[in-house]
Amino acid sequence: MSARSTRSAEALAAAARRRRRLENALPWLVTIGMFAVWEAAVHLFGIQPFILPAPSAIAESMVKWWQPLLSNSWATLLTTFVGFIMAVGFGLALGVLIGSSVLVYRGLYPLLIAFNSVPKVAVVPILVIWFGAGFWPAALTAFLISFFPIVVNVATGIATVEPELRDVLRALGARPIDIITKVGLPRSMPYFFASLKVAITVAFVGSIISETVAANEGIGHLMLVASSRFDVPLVFAGLIVTGIMGVLMYWVAVTLEERTTGWATRGQNDPRLATGG
Amino acid sequence: MTQPFVQIDGVAMRYGGVEGTLALRHASLDVADGEFVAVVGPSGCGKSTLMRLVTGLWPPTEGTVIVDGKEVDGPLSVAGMAFQNPTLLPWRNILDNVMLPLEVVQPHRRQLRAQRGTYERKARDLLKLVGLEGFEAKFPWQLSGGMQQRASLCRALVHDPRLLMLDEPFGALDVFTREDLWDVLQAVWLARKPTVILVTHDLKEAVYLADRVLIMSSRPGRIIAERHVPYPRPRRLDQTYEAKFQAIVHELRDRISDARKGEDADVR
Repeated sequence: MSARSTRSAEALAAAARRRRRLENALPWLVTIGMFAVWEAAVHLFGIQPFILPAPSAIAESMVKWWQPLLSNSWATLLTTFVGFIMAVGFGLALGVLIGSSVLVYRGLYPLLIAFNSVPKVAVVPILVIWFGAGFWPAALTAFLISFFPIVVNVATGIATVEPELRDVLRALGARPIDIITKVGLPRSMPYFFASLKVAITVAFVGSIISETVAANEGIGHLMLVASSRFDVPLVFAGLIVTGIMGVLMYWVAVTLEERTTGWATRGQNDPRLATGG
Repeated sequence: MTQPFVQIDGVAMRYGGVEGTLALRHASLDVADGEFVAVVGPSGCGKSTLMRLVTGLWPPTEGTVIVDGKEVDGPLSVAGMAFQNPTLLPWRNILDNVMLPLEVVQPHRRQLRAQRGTYERKARDLLKLVGLEGFEAKFPWQLSGGMQQRASLCRALVHDPRLLMLDEPFGALDVFTREDLWDVLQAVWLARKPTVILVTHDLKEAVYLADRVLIMSSRPGRIIAERHVPYPRPRRLDQTYEAKFQAIVHELRDRISDARKGEDADVR
């Protein structure tokens, strides 16, 4: 009896391990599978490389042009990162302002929404006139495109502090700034990190848009040059490198989130944490 | 005769402008220093409004609220509050949650860094008093509802408030936990003697804990009756089954149902 129950417990544990292994392997399997289907489709239907190059052709191009790919993606990464950091600082500050003051909210929100509706590609020429082609237009486009989700999320986190909690603090004689620093900000951190995941990916969109319009380096510039030479595999190589950078930055944001706001996703997968009673 | 610690005189409170809901009208009550008062009444009678007026969170539309000899014109810092919902901060452990008021209220705020050890010991003593010893490093979501409410009570008490405002603090708990916490609250009150205003709809709770039970009319609320509870302290839970205790509960019940009948008459 007891031997059987131990065995079934072992079987359960083994099944759980298998499932975890599968979960970890799945992203790779799906990605590899997608490339395999792509490769097969290109050969099967005889698609020309200048329409849709096969993954093998793209890989070949990546190896051939690894040096410019690396230096240009480094430039893009740097531009995006600078724009993103500016967006984090500005987004946090504006989010706190909008979330804590109804007046600021009423005054600024329509303007913010109007601004966010403007296609950023239309702003790039203006930035180029102001700052000249190169680093700054790209970094600023990344900034402009990525600060909005941060503002909205931080403001939501601060504006939705429970009224009772606010009362507890106010009855202690807390100033509005105390309520923001002790409750509003920590409370909005899960929202903030959720917005970072969106912001970092759209920041890449911003810097690459700007690079394709006016720049002397960066992945966007590289793709523009490649497409003008009909080197379609290299264009695709640029796209894939961009995707990889996006995934890496997203992963950084998620790691930061897990480190700092574990309380928000409390023990969903960990029964040891629940005591109940 | 000494001046009452809390003095509410002819207070009216209306929400949402001239046409808004009248929550309180002609409400008056006095609470002596160190007294334990319970306020009971039909639901929606403005009990919670009364709490917010006394702590200065909202100004009254009419009348005056005087606490400790001074008219209330802003949030008081002598008050500790606890609500039906424990409202603990999920990113702080229990000890840090309890110590939150010390980071806000003067003079503790100024002294907190220099005397962290003293204050921490004080918070730990409080947690021990309510039976939460050993849970200091746990996070709120790792505790049951009753334990969270105990911690919330500690947070309301840690800065030694002279006035403790409790808004149905045990309303969401099961009967056994609630009765445990009655005794916790009684022990805390006997040890420190703050002035307590407890808002509740549980008559047994009101009679068991309070020196004096105040009954509010239905909206717009005012105090229509009061009942002294003659039981000496400390009270024991088995006393709640005595005929004398039950008689007081029944008396209160009748008065409240009278108050509700009045409400029906108003509607018609």
